[in-house]
Amino acid sequence: MPKPPTTLLAELTYRCPLHCPYCSNPVDLARAAAELSTDDWKRVLSEARALGVLQLGLSGGEPMLRKDLEDIIEHARAVGLYSTLVTSGLGLTAPRARRLKDVGLEHVQISFQDSDPSVAEHIAGIRSVDKKRAAAAIVKELDFAFSVNVVLHRANLDHIGEIIELAASLGADRLELANTQYYGWAYENRAALIPTKEQLDAAEPIVDAAVKRYRGRMQIVYVLPDYYQQYPKPCMGGWGNVYLVVAPDGRVLPCQAAWQIESLAFDNVRERSLSWIWEESDAFRAFRGDAWMQEPCRSCERKHLDFGGCRCQAFQLTGDARNADPVCIKSPQHHLIDITTADVPYRYRVFEHAAAST
Amino acid sequence: MNEVKPRLWRLARVDFDPVRQRPVLLYPEGAMFLNDTGAEILALCDGQRTVDEIAAVLSAKYGADVTKDVTEYLSALVERELVVDA
Repeated sequence: MPKPPTTLLAELTYRCPLHCPYCSNPVDLARAAAELSTDDWKRVLSEARALGVLQLGLSGGEPMLRKDLEDIIEHARAVGLYSTLVTSGLGLTAPRARRLKDVGLEHVQISFQDSDPSVAEHIAGIRSVDKKRAAAAIVKELDFAFSVNVVLHRANLDHIGEIIELAASLGADRLELANTQYYGWAYENRAALIPTKEQLDAAEPIVDAAVKRYRGRMQIVYVLPDYYQQYPKPCMGGWGNVYLVVAPDGRVLPCQAAWQIESLAFDNVRERSLSWIWEESDAFRAFRGDAWMQEPCRSCERKHLDFGGCRCQAFQLTGDARNADPVCIKSPQHHLIDITTADVPYRYRVFEHAAAST
Repeated sequence: MNEVKPRLWRLARVDFDPVRQRPVLLYPEGAMFLNDTGAEILALCDGQRTVDEIAAVLSAKYGADVTKDVTEYLSALVERELVVDA
């Protein structure tokens, strides 16, 4: 039996007012089936807690577009989950934030696209900066635990010092600075998004100094871009090891980008219990542990450090999810990591609402 | 370190996980499972007692000097910013 998971990411909807070109949601959003109902989500959360989940991330898309978000959070609290809302901030009015607080939401994470408002709105594809700042003020006023997250790429990495100051001025308890990971829309846009080595080298000492300067006031988490690493990231802490994602249509994934692994079939909470999916389903068992590994992973001394890297990236770039993550310098397909940059327009994330319900 | 008056980070709280039958420290984006000794140490981190005073309470309880263990345990949590100096 696998050990129990600790963290569930609930993607409540793919609907979103923003159009960020690095979104990890499926590119073919229009194919998404109808969203789970309120009762479905409540059952999923009860099952998750019974399975051992402690941390709940409420994400999307924009989770606040679900009118039943209060009901879902109230249920999460009742079964003993720690809830984090991962939001654009758009729609987070004072009355709604108060209701979310009252039903037990503990932590709010608001995305910002850049410190420079015009760049930020160019990335988001929509006027959004004033609304995000207003949302941040409301979150502080109501004394939520508050994180700012910023996805980094070529257009904003040079502003990293200003971005850190922005988060501090908003009163963030935590700041997540995550270099773009190239899945979904981000993979489509990688030539326009990928930073240069010079940009990364310039950013590093600025982040290091800020981590020290803000110690005790604001925790700063910096996620490096794996395309420039020698070894792959220990993706998800291992496949089916601590983390699971429930997509808007009820499919259960080992990570939010796993939908792109076409060689796997993902079971759905409409048909199966969460515990069965975690423990028994083919998709979760496929890359759990190390029996699935091929060379160079199988005999590698690092295989329990990074688990062969990211299965989604292996599939996306090599066509076989069992291969070593090509980020790894030991991968015979390492040459597939393409860091070519090009000043081409973003292909913005779009989602026609017709396929969605609720 | 021994004069520090530790208390939990304001965004962290100790809960009990009935699935694993263990105490757990919960905080934004994280969960750290505790053993009974760890939970006992954290329960004494009230922002009033110093690390030495906490160690003295537990040393008396267990009839052995646990100052080194308590100090190391709390130092690691301070390093991770899960415990702060009141």
